[in-house]
Amino acid sequence: MNAVTTTPPRIPWTNDEPPAQGRYLRDNTRVLGPVLLLPAIVYIVALVGIPFALAIAYAFSDASVGDQSLNWVGLRNFRAIWGDATFQMALRNTIYFTFVSQAVVIVFASVLAIVLDSDFHGKRLVRFLVLLPWTTPIALAVIAWLWTLDSVYSPLDAILRYVGLLGPGTYFGPGKSMLWLAKPDLARLSILMIHVWRTTPLAAVIVLAGLAGIPKELNEAAAIDGASEARQIFLVRIPLLLPILAVAVLYGVVFTFTDMAVVYILTRGGPMDTTQVLSSWAFFKGVEGTNLAQGAAIALFLFPILVAAAIVMLRFAKRTETV
Amino acid sequence: MSTPHPAGEWRPGAKSGETWAPEIDPHMRAKHVAKRGLLYSVATFFAVFAALPFAWMVFTIFKTNQDLYNSKNNPFLYNDPPTLDNVRLLFRDTKYPTFLWNTLIVSIGVVIITVVIAVPAAYALTRLVGGWGEGLGIAIFMVYLIPPTLLFIPMTRTVAELGLKNSKWSMVLVYPTFTIPFCVWLMLGFFKSIPWDIEEQAMIDGYSRLGAIWKAVIPLSLPGILTVIVFSTALTLHEFVYALAFVTSSDQKTISIGVTTELVRGDVFFWQSLMAAAAIVAIPVALLYTLFLDKFVAGFTLGAVKG
Repeated sequence: MNAVTTTPPRIPWTNDEPPAQGRYLRDNTRVLGPVLLLPAIVYIVALVGIPFALAIAYAFSDASVGDQSLNWVGLRNFRAIWGDATFQMALRNTIYFTFVSQAVVIVFASVLAIVLDSDFHGKRLVRFLVLLPWTTPIALAVIAWLWTLDSVYSPLDAILRYVGLLGPGTYFGPGKSMLWLAKPDLARLSILMIHVWRTTPLAAVIVLAGLAGIPKELNEAAAIDGASEARQIFLVRIPLLLPILAVAVLYGVVFTFTDMAVVYILTRGGPMDTTQVLSSWAFFKGVEGTNLAQGAAIALFLFPILVAAAIVMLRFAKRTETV
Repeated sequence: MSTPHPAGEWRPGAKSGETWAPEIDPHMRAKHVAKRGLLYSVATFFAVFAALPFAWMVFTIFKTNQDLYNSKNNPFLYNDPPTLDNVRLLFRDTKYPTFLWNTLIVSIGVVIITVVIAVPAAYALTRLVGGWGEGLGIAIFMVYLIPPTLLFIPMTRTVAELGLKNSKWSMVLVYPTFTIPFCVWLMLGFFKSIPWDIEEQAMIDGYSRLGAIWKAVIPLSLPGILTVIVFSTALTLHEFVYALAFVTSSDQKTISIGVTTELVRGDVFFWQSLMAAAAIVAIPVALLYTLFLDKFVAGFTLGAVKG
């Protein structure tokens, strides 16, 4: 790039002084800026903004797959879904999966980040493996779990049988398999575990990035002051990490709360709709059940969590700007 | 492994002279061994937990039917010699090659739209629109967090009205709604790291601003653009809900829905082929993603910490 390396005589042209009006139109930042930005804005408004408005309109209408015209029906859809036992189950499940899984993720992610922050043999392999749940397309990862939790051929069952915890006359017996996905409680536990499995890596790498940002001198200072390693971790590093941990969990909350793939592929909401979540129930009602209006109304229940997430993000963003 | 050890740290088997080994107090040594042991056990626990379903998936691919479905066999061994028949079945007798092809087309389409729209937008936000560029950038990033599950019902109608119902092009159209916000944010970071002087100098040399962008800024931001390409592809491969809602005919399906809806039929599972179908895509994507993960994390932390 000759343009960069040669040094022609300076001409008086600085940032504060925009190009003179006489220059080419394409030099005018007041035109060029909006022109470059516009396609992105138009795309987002047209394909996110309008559908979002439409989602709200649907929720207050009687639209169905057969007749998509929007007739105002007020709160009728919300009353109908609220009175539905499956909806209440879905709402409870969604909250349960999200908050319990993320509570576990806070602990797992912190521990995993501290592990990945230390030096040990095979670290790159461990890093690749622990990231797999996050880096694999979700649908394909859940397929692997579907097979791992199979009612007959689950390797987990095989191990439990081998150590004498499963089978006639044993702790989990007398059946020969756990039927992970066929019993409501176990199915919920399986889904919970998959959410933990899938969101831990993301939270861990975000926390890891935060750890890297803590000046080494702080640890050294603490060590000189006689703090043990455990005290350094809990009294120096973790408090400094809290903001970044909050961000890590925020993504976990958003992804878990709004996820549909895990439930849809693993249990299809079953057995008997006991593992439905808001998003899967919206899909079954709105797309497979052809009641677009109620589906849209159910999906709208996902919105408050996103608003909360947005507020947390904005606060975090403001903080990083002032630092 | 060549993980660097700080000088002075004791390590087993260190050659004399390689690192400075202090006099070892047996108590300290026991403590050190315990600490390393704990570190390795925790690392192993997480690695096994994370990799378990994948290990089982890959292990299953090469099993014969008689081996897999015989409950008397030890499920953790190859009782019959490993076979590639299941992979062959997948490519010959299923629509898997079509799904792969559709995934490729959709990814290319999404990448092109994303690069063409997100890169100029990010440039404008850093250089041309003044103080509110950062705020607008954050607002655009927030759009990434709006989940498909909130929008898929009205989106289905939008897609139908554009005549793209049941076509893979519906995904090409809609996926940039999440790749653009994410990639604008990603490129914002890249452009910020390129000094202003470079364009200024190019303009002094007689280029117009567009010329300067093309000749000076774009070549320097190629790593950023490559990151955008990688993540647009990865996010495309990860998407499930829109694909499920928009596309019902198997000719138009991509991997993530083709594998989960077409290869799983009622009670008849071809588990080995199904596992192969998942692994063939999952593992390369995971590798690619891992390579670029630091950029992803820097984006997620709003650039507050460098990944």
